Amino acid sequence: MLQSRIDPSSVRPSRRQFLLGTAAAAAGLAVGYRLLAAEPAGAQPAPAAADAGNPFQTYVEITPESRIVIRSSQFEMGQGSYFGIATLVMEELDGDWKQVDVVGGSGNPALYGNLAWGGVAQGTGGSTSMTSSWERYRKAGAAARAMLVAAAAKQWNVPEAEIAVAAGVVSHGSDKRASFGELAAAAAELPAPQDVPLKSRDKWTQIGSDTLKRYDSPGKANGTQPYTIDVKMDGLLTAVMIHPPKFGATVKSFDAGKAKALDGVVEVVETPRGIAVVATNMWTALRGRDAVTVEWDESKAETRGTAEIMAEYNRLADGPPAASARDDGDAAAALASAAKVVEGHYEFPYLVHASIEPLNAVARIGEDGSVDIWGGHQMPDLYQAIAAQVAGTTPDKIRLHVLKTGGSFGRRAVSDGDLIVESVAVAKALGPGRPVKVQWTRENDMRGGRYRPAYVHAVRGGLDKDGKLVALSDHIVGQSILGGSPFAAMVENGVDATSVEGASNLPYAIPNVKVDLTTTDVNIPVLWWRSVGSTHTAYVIETFVDDLAAAAGRDPVEFRLSMLDAHPRHAGVLRLAAEKAGWGTPLPEGRFRGVALHESFATYVAQVVEIAYRGGNDFTVERVVCAVDCGIAINPDQIRAQMEGGVGFGLGAILQEELTLTGGVVDQENYDTYTPLRIDQMPKVEVHIVASDEPPTGVGEPGVPPIGPAVANALRAATGRTVRKLPIVKNLSA
Amino acid sequence: MVAFTLNGEARSLDADPQMPLLWAIRDIVGLTGTKFGCGMAQCGACTVHIDGVATRSCQTMVGDIEGASITTIEGLAGKVGETVQAVWADLDVPQCGYCQSGQIMSATALLAETPKPNDDDIDAAMSGNLCRCATYQRIRAAIHEAAHRLEA
Repeated sequence: MLQSRIDPSSVRPSRRQFLLGTAAAAAGLAVGYRLLAAEPAGAQPAPAAADAGNPFQTYVEITPESRIVIRSSQFEMGQGSYFGIATLVMEELDGDWKQVDVVGGSGNPALYGNLAWGGVAQGTGGSTSMTSSWERYRKAGAAARAMLVAAAAKQWNVPEAEIAVAAGVVSHGSDKRASFGELAAAAAELPAPQDVPLKSRDKWTQIGSDTLKRYDSPGKANGTQPYTIDVKMDGLLTAVMIHPPKFGATVKSFDAGKAKALDGVVEVVETPRGIAVVATNMWTALRGRDAVTVEWDESKAETRGTAEIMAEYNRLADGPPAASARDDGDAAAALASAAKVVEGHYEFPYLVHASIEPLNAVARIGEDGSVDIWGGHQMPDLYQAIAAQVAGTTPDKIRLHVLKTGGSFGRRAVSDGDLIVESVAVAKALGPGRPVKVQWTRENDMRGGRYRPAYVHAVRGGLDKDGKLVALSDHIVGQSILGGSPFAAMVENGVDATSVEGASNLPYAIPNVKVDLTTTDVNIPVLWWRSVGSTHTAYVIETFVDDLAAAAGRDPVEFRLSMLDAHPRHAGVLRLAAEKAGWGTPLPEGRFRGVALHESFATYVAQVVEIAYRGGNDFTVERVVCAVDCGIAINPDQIRAQMEGGVGFGLGAILQEELTLTGGVVDQENYDTYTPLRIDQMPKVEVHIVASDEPPTGVGEPGVPPIGPAVANALRAATGRTVRKLPIVKNLSA
Repeated sequence: MVAFTLNGEARSLDADPQMPLLWAIRDIVGLTGTKFGCGMAQCGACTVHIDGVATRSCQTMVGDIEGASITTIEGLAGKVGETVQAVWADLDVPQCGYCQSGQIMSATALLAETPKPNDDDIDAAMSGNLCRCATYQRIRAAIHEAAHRLEA
């Protein structure tokens, strides 16, 4: 999400990074010094970057009990990154899956920096986890295996080449056997190997296995998987937040007298982001919250509603653009001389991540002034800096415990560290030794900002007399995600790449292409939302291409393929999806097909949908055939899972999700009015994975963008009209 | 003081009768498998069984459970419950997993009542349980598979 234009083939750990990695893995074998069980939820922060050579910072550890503890640089929000990383380690380590634990690492960018972002900082986003981890974690597993083998060879006085490793057992012939745990201490005494060969593809048994199951499913099926909301420790208090009713408002004064009089309410604290009501449990905190009165200073608050904002965006979209993201040929001239021109405005509403686990974090100030924070830390290094600032200390005094979370979809990677600020501010006010969990309600979460920005696109396309697409122009209007954040330096020449990605890099061979951007100034906090810019650009480009195909009297698949000679991977997934869906074959009465193709984060996805249309806005999405090319398929069943989930997540959004504001106040508070997809709307999804030798890319986001335009294109086939204002259900018959 | 049965054990609880059962289970009893998602019976993450019926614990008050038998994900037992949990793992249904306790409580209540549910039965029983990861296709497949295994 930070840098979507990644080239996975360029992501290689540097020599230095590799050396650090093996040293760390070596240290990991020296267990017994670590007290994993002492941590409430199993997460393990590493010391500061200056201690990169510290033996306790690792990717892989083997405990004396033969637990294989893998420390993940990548955050687990459901997308399967822990499983993917464990698969990479286990492929080389030849361990026993029953012995595997994965915990979140943090506090050391030299070890955990995201290699798809140049390794500068730890973070999860942009579907980069497998790209970043591909060599790093296989090498860690291989180094650990090599050291176990060397230790066994020494102990048994046999050549290393005669030693076998399988399912967590090291053996020689029929008489010598040892568990990983039995060899760990001796292995740790040996020098770390400088370079370790990785298995060739024909030797893989884990990577690409279609029968390998997630190691963490049983715990999620029996309620034992802990999340931040479940963190337990002695004396833990619960805090509920009262946030300003409008974005940009601040606390003028508050009266906590009645709240503090309630039995169980411990404290009422003002934080930089609102009032926190601290109590012995959640219910008491909620009752306390209802008893607090707050007067707000709204002098700097955003007071516009979405109706005014969208009207302004529509005006801006017809005016001169502020910046240019792509300018090939002369689109204006080509449109002026085109045989046929199609044009229109598209409108996209604000969207909420709306993960089912409402945002939360647990903070504890130690007697020595250090701070421990448990939570879904999607950008740990940034959060460490923010926490230090709030606590009035240095980053090395901040320990982040990265926990699995109940969803994120981008929301837990937030540049102002909202929950970090709140939890540390409250813990600081409570004082040392008084841990507190800040737990947002659904209403806090829904009205708390950080939405997928609203956008308007003004689009024009031109065909020549032969039905060839000769010009396309798109003027995008909306807020910048990066602007005003710590990543503002990534905005170049007035273009925030996250506003235009998916349009500015459209793959079709069109001689004249113009993509412009006008960034707006609106005080509604925005953020990346699963697949970021492609959430709107894919919809625009893919429905518009369909409109132009119709205007040219050409088949949508053939029309696209005719412009994809230079993009074989795009063409490959499009052909595969069309073939598997029976594109072009007759459908029963009332059934219609639509297709869309989109690359995001270097993963290529095409989807063909089949809808049952019954008139008006009455229709159901029945079937989705999805083809995906994400390079080497590490966990095929998880690729399918992410495509299925991406379809459902994207479908809910384009059908019926919309966040609106009236007079600066958010209108939706809960799932009764903000309505993600439910099971009765879920289509049958079938996923086909392209066989590939390309380096692996991500799948968390790329399944989302095509579903919207594919459905809209099926509706156009049914109704003759393209829905250009989302959400679809509300606007289809408008 | 409210007396009830929780996961087969007699319990009495000294809590505000207006406290939602969800918070009593999580914060007072200390069983955290039952999740908070919305607080208004819109998402189903807090689903438990009360006398065998799938019920949203966020909208059930402690004062209303006198004498009731309550089962949470931690206490799910018996052939139906164990089969559903096994199938959930075998098909890798969960992604983030946060809603899955509630999904499983709803699914087991459905199968106890309707041993061979069709897709419409599943939609009717499960549409109160949101999954933001949209694992619905696998939830549907898992319920059919559990029904199949239970029949054997």
